[in-house]
Amino acid sequence: MVRKWKRLGHEQTKTALLALLPSFVVFSVFTIYPIFHSLYLSFFNVSLVATTKRYVGFGNYTTLLNNPTFRRAITNTLHYTMGVVPVGIFLALVIAVLLNNRLRFLGFFRSAFFTPVITSMVAVSLVWTWMLEPNYGLINSLLSKIGITGPGWLTDPKWAMTSVIILSIWKNLGYNMVIFLAGLQDIPAEVYESAQIDGATSIQSFFRITIPMIKPTLGFATIMSIMGSMKVFGQIYVMTGGGPANSTMVVVYYLYQQAFEFYRTGYASAVAWILFAVILVFTIIQMRFFRTDY
Amino acid sequence: MNSHKLRTTISRSIIYIVLLTLAVSMLLPFAWMLLSSLKEENEVFTYEMTWMPSKITFSGYHRALTQQPFLLYGLNSVLVSVIITTAQVVTAVLAGYAFARLEFPGRNIVFMMYLSAMMIPAQATIIPAFILIRKLGLLNSYRGLTLPFLATPFGAFLMRQFFLSMPKSLEEAAIIDGCSRAQVLLRIVLPLTKPALATLGLFSFMTAWNDFMWPMIITTTANMRTLQVGLALLSTDIYPDWPMMMAASVMATLPVILAFLSAQKQFIQSLAFTGVKF
Repeated sequence: MVRKWKRLGHEQTKTALLALLPSFVVFSVFTIYPIFHSLYLSFFNVSLVATTKRYVGFGNYTTLLNNPTFRRAITNTLHYTMGVVPVGIFLALVIAVLLNNRLRFLGFFRSAFFTPVITSMVAVSLVWTWMLEPNYGLINSLLSKIGITGPGWLTDPKWAMTSVIILSIWKNLGYNMVIFLAGLQDIPAEVYESAQIDGATSIQSFFRITIPMIKPTLGFATIMSIMGSMKVFGQIYVMTGGGPANSTMVVVYYLYQQAFEFYRTGYASAVAWILFAVILVFTIIQMRFFRTDY
Repeated sequence: MNSHKLRTTISRSIIYIVLLTLAVSMLLPFAWMLLSSLKEENEVFTYEMTWMPSKITFSGYHRALTQQPFLLYGLNSVLVSVIITTAQVVTAVLAGYAFARLEFPGRNIVFMMYLSAMMIPAQATIIPAFILIRKLGLLNSYRGLTLPFLATPFGAFLMRQFFLSMPKSLEEAAIIDGCSRAQVLLRIVLPLTKPALATLGLFSFMTAWNDFMWPMIITTTANMRTLQVGLALLSTDIYPDWPMMMAASVMATLPVILAFLSAQKQFIQSLAFTGVKF
């Protein structure tokens, strides 16, 4: 009997190895190995098109941190994050609270808010570029109808980042909304009912019940949005190309440019590792505080 | 009608009006995209902005398909997305089943590895991945476009959670009756897994279809480009042909929007399930 179980155990191990093999191979080769290889590359002066490489220690990192464009990319990424996350989270929460009223047409509303999430970033960036076109675009045409001369949204360094932020809030709103809606549905209705009997207004209920009870979800969504913001790329590529005058140069776009336009592989790998390290910190915060159900 | 009821009715009406306004403004860019795509090339360049095309024309679509090889881009996108989706579903079912149901030494450690890999952003690995694909001689090929995405830790994780939520008894009974593991998986587990498979499949398809950075760097000639790459390259035109670009955008977004409308629940579940890239 014991031998039979042992045999079965062996068989299970064999089956498991076979079942895991395909995915294990793919992600070791294309995720695990590359993350270490990029750490290795970040210590070398190496080009994508040349075959020689020179060890430079932390040289790439010190050059990076002293490079004004990279510094600009960091402050711009922070600016973008500060612009997208608080407003995006707040709006999504308000909409979720409104939707959580046993409304009719819930399906329609949810789909309307969610459609931007599932459509391609490239396509919607192109649509927004056209909407923000200074002379014939939708936004400025509507503004001129009420007597306002709109700015060159994407051509004016003062407005380019704001434009990208607006697009990004619009694009991701539905994602956070769905997460909040799930969180809100976990709050028992009785809590609200008893508060109402005690004479609480809906504003009071929102701040005294909803916010405290949805805190874990709020934290999770905030961390996820911050991490997403640090990886912003597609909309920058399509809408501004990092310009005008580096006003929308962000970390991942800088990485892309250095690696695939200037072929500075080692240098760009240092950017990749800085990005990875920062995201890792947020991941650890997220796993430590907001998600324990793995 | 008492005053309490009246107050509720008024507040509900306000909620509807606010939500409707917001929902319409969320959809406005899509309406603008569609309407612009149906206009004549020069009609968009008038100072008096109009919503409706004065005459509906498909010439924008025609230009997108003739001046640019958008049909080819579309075929590449379909091919690449279908390969990736199929492979991701198969690998995820296998790995998820192993994690959920099979006992083997080191299972928790291997699972933790999968979870950690999920945290590594694609942008941090893209340079070595590119170098590797180039070394293998797979630049500008379907294999180069698809290989890195044939399996994701996310898929394995999703399927594992789903298998864990299923009762074990059916499978155990089948094994006692002499079924092999493969038979159990194919005949008993998979038919019960359809909702999860749909969720994962839709999610994989959407990410593959919308992916842009990897196909952008890995393709070197027009005939290998995907729709997203072709679309992104349009944005660099100095004299933009907006109706044509909007027509191309419609074609690039429509498949995913249609898939979404036909299976909203699975879509929303899959994205809400965990915060992966979007």
